[in-house]
Amino acid sequence: MIKFLFKGLIRDKSRSLLPIIVVAIGVMMTVFLQAYMNGVFYDSIESAARFTSGHVKVVTNAYKENLSQMPNDYAMTGVDEIMEQLNAVHPDMEWTDRIMFGGLLDAPDSLGTTRAQGNVAGAGIHLLGTEDEIIRMDLKPKLISGRFPEKNGEVLISNELFKKMKLQLGDPVTLISSTMYGDMAMYNFTVCGTLHFGISMLDKGMIYADIEDVRMALNMEDAAGEILGFFKDAPYENDRAHAVADQFNAENTDEADVFSLTMMPMSMSNGMDFMITYAENAQFIVILIFVFAMSIVLWNAGLLGGLRRYGEFGLRLAIGENKHETYRSLVGEAVLVGLLGSVIGIAIGLFFAYLMQEHGIDAGDMIQDSTIIMPTVFRAQINATTYYIGFIPGVLSTVIGAMLAGIGIYKRQTANLFKELQA
Amino acid sequence: MKTIVDVKNLTKNFPVGTGFFTALKDVSLQFAEGEFAGLVGPSGSGKTTLLNIIGSLDVPSDGEVVVLQRSVGKLTPKEAAKLRKEELGFIFQSYNLLPVYTVFENVEFPLLLLNMTAEERKERVMETLKWVGLTDKVKSRPAQLSGGECQRVAIARAMVKRPSLVLADEPTANLDSKNSHNILQTMLKLNEELKTSFVFATHDEKVISYLKRIIRLEDGKVVADELIAEPSK
Ligand SMILES: Nc1ncnc2c1ncn2[C@@H]1O[C@H](COP(=O)(O)OP(=O)(O)OP(=O)(O)O)[C@@H](O)[C@H]1O
Ligand SMILES: [Mg+2]
Repeated sequence: MIKFLFKGLIRDKSRSLLPIIVVAIGVMMTVFLQAYMNGVFYDSIESAARFTSGHVKVVTNAYKENLSQMPNDYAMTGVDEIMEQLNAVHPDMEWTDRIMFGGLLDAPDSLGTTRAQGNVAGAGIHLLGTEDEIIRMDLKPKLISGRFPEKNGEVLISNELFKKMKLQLGDPVTLISSTMYGDMAMYNFTVCGTLHFGISMLDKGMIYADIEDVRMALNMEDAAGEILGFFKDAPYENDRAHAVADQFNAENTDEADVFSLTMMPMSMSNGMDFMITYAENAQFIVILIFVFAMSIVLWNAGLLGGLRRYGEFGLRLAIGENKHETYRSLVGEAVLVGLLGSVIGIAIGLFFAYLMQEHGIDAGDMIQDSTIIMPTVFRAQINATTYYIGFIPGVLSTVIGAMLAGIGIYKRQTANLFKELQA
Repeated sequence: MKTIVDVKNLTKNFPVGTGFFTALKDVSLQFAEGEFAGLVGPSGSGKTTLLNIIGSLDVPSDGEVVVLQRSVGKLTPKEAAKLRKEELGFIFQSYNLLPVYTVFENVEFPLLLLNMTAEERKERVMETLKWVGLTDKVKSRPAQLSGGECQRVAIARAMVKRPSLVLADEPTANLDSKNSHNILQTMLKLNEELKTSFVFATHDEKVISYLKRIIRLEDGKVVADELIAEPSK
C-alpha cells in the first residue's frame, strides 16, 4: 500500500512537486534563520563574555553585590594562588584576571597644570608579553592609531576621549583614582594607541592598561577585581557554566564572609540572563511561525489536491477502505512529502547558512552606536540543531495541512458514493 | 441455490424538508448465488437506492437486508467497509479509474486492502485481465484507453478479489452499443464461469436483453419479478 501511494505521489506532480517546493522553501528559510539567529546570539553572547562577564566570573561576595560600581576595595587577594587552583581544577578552561576601575584622566600641559580632564572607566588586563587578551577581546581591529603597550606605563585610550582631550600619541596622562584601601591614587601613563569600539558607552571614556601597571597604580599587589573563565574552544553553555560555578561555590563560598570567593555563570551577569534565554527561545518562535504559515499554504494545497482526488477517495471508500484508513494514508503521504521537502530544504538552507557562517555580513556601518556590546560582522552559526530543526516545520506543516484538508473525508456519506461516482 | 442477499420488507425514507420521501416501500427480494439479475425501472424508481443498501453503503430505514449472513443495518462503518472489501465488487457508470496508475495497478488496488503477497496479487491481476481481454494494456494509463476498455478495467477491478456479488449501476451508460455488448458479454461469461452474482441497476435495453432475471421497480415498489428462461442474447 505504501508503495502504491508512493507511486501515486511521484507520478502526480501536483500532489508531490508543489507541496515539496513549498516545504523545501519554508524549511530552507527556517534552517537559514535558525543558523543566522544562532550566529547573531552566539556572537553577541561570546563578545559580551569576552569583554565583561566571561563564561564564568570569580569575584568576592561583596564585589558581586556592587558589581556595576567596580568596588576594588572588595577585590580578591592572593590572585596567583587562586589562578593556580582554578587552572588545576579546570584545565579545560582558560582563566584570566582583570581589574576594572573608574577614575579621572588628567592631561597636563607643559607646566604640569591641568589642560584637559575626563571621566574614565578602565580595565587592567594582561597586555605585556601576551596577546591572549588582545585576541580574546578582538582589540586589533579596534586599534585605529598607535600601537598596543610594549612596556610598563603605556595606556590605550578610546579615540573619542583622545580627541576630546586633544591628546597626541606619546602624551603623558595622569590617572586619578582610589587605591584598594580607599586612599587617593595618582599614576602617570603614556598614551600609546587609541581604540574605537562603536559602542558609545566604551567610546566615551575607556582606557586599557596592563594589569601590572594598574596593580601599581591602585596599590593592588597580587590582587584583582575579577577572574574570568572561558571554556576552551567552546561557546557558552548555560548548564555547563552553572555546573562549574556550583562546584566552585560549594567549596569556596561562605555567605558570612564578604571576602570569600563566588563564581557567577554568565547568565547571572547583568542583562545576560535575558539574552541567553531569548537566544534559546527565539529559534522556537521562528519554527512556530513557519509551521503556522506553511500549514496554511499546505492546507490549501491539500484541499485542492483533495478536490482533485475526490473520485479516488470515494472509490477507495466504496472498495472497502474505511475512513480512518483513507485519512491515515493521506496523512502518511503528507509525512513522506514533508520528509522529502525537509531534506531538500535542509540541504539548501545549510548551504546558505554555511556561506553566511564563512563570510558573514559586515554591519559595522549600520551599527554606529549601540548600547550593548555587539559584534559588527553578522555570521550564521551552524550547530547540531540546525541539522534537524527543519524537520519540525517541514513535517508538522504538511501533516497539519493534510489533517485539516482530510477532514472532508469524514464528511463523506458513503450512501452518496454511487451518485458521486456517477459524474 | 444458496441465498446471498435477503431483502425483507425494506423501506427507505429520505428526509426532505420537514417530512420524508419514501424511496423504497416494503421491498422483499432474494438473490441466490450465481444470479445475473437487473433492477429495471424508470428514473427515480429507487434502483440506485436499493443497490446502495445491498452494497452496505447505506442502511435501511425499516425492514432488514441480510448480505452474506450480515445484516446491513446493524454493521458498524468498519464492518460495512470490511464486507465491501472482502465480498463485494462495484462497477460505476463512470469508470472511476485512478489516472496516475496503470491498468495493472488500478486492478491490483483492491487486493492491496487484503493481505496478499505481491506474487499472489500479480497472478490474480493477470488472470483477471485475461478474462476481460486486456493483457496487452497492462502498462497503459486510463487516459490511453477507450471508454469500453476503461469499463473493462473497472470490471476487472471489481472482479479481481473474486467477490461473491458484483453491483453495477448503469455500467453501459457511457458506452456505445458495440462496447456495451462487449462488456455485457464479458460479465455474462464471468457469471457463468465463476458463478459470481451480478445485480444491475439499469434502464438500458441492451443490458436488459442479457438479464436472466428482471425485477421491475416503480415508485419504490417491486411491480414484477420474472425469470427469463432464454435471455434474448
Ligand atoms: N439522499 C437522498 N435524499 C433525498 N432523496 C433521495 C436521496 N437519494 C435518492 N432520493 C430520491 O429517491 C428516489 C429514488 O432515487 P434513486 O437514485 O434510487 O433512483 P434511480 O431509480 O436510481 O433513478 P435513476 O434511474 O435516475 O438513476 C428519487 O426520487 C430520489 O430523488
Ligand atoms: Mg440510479
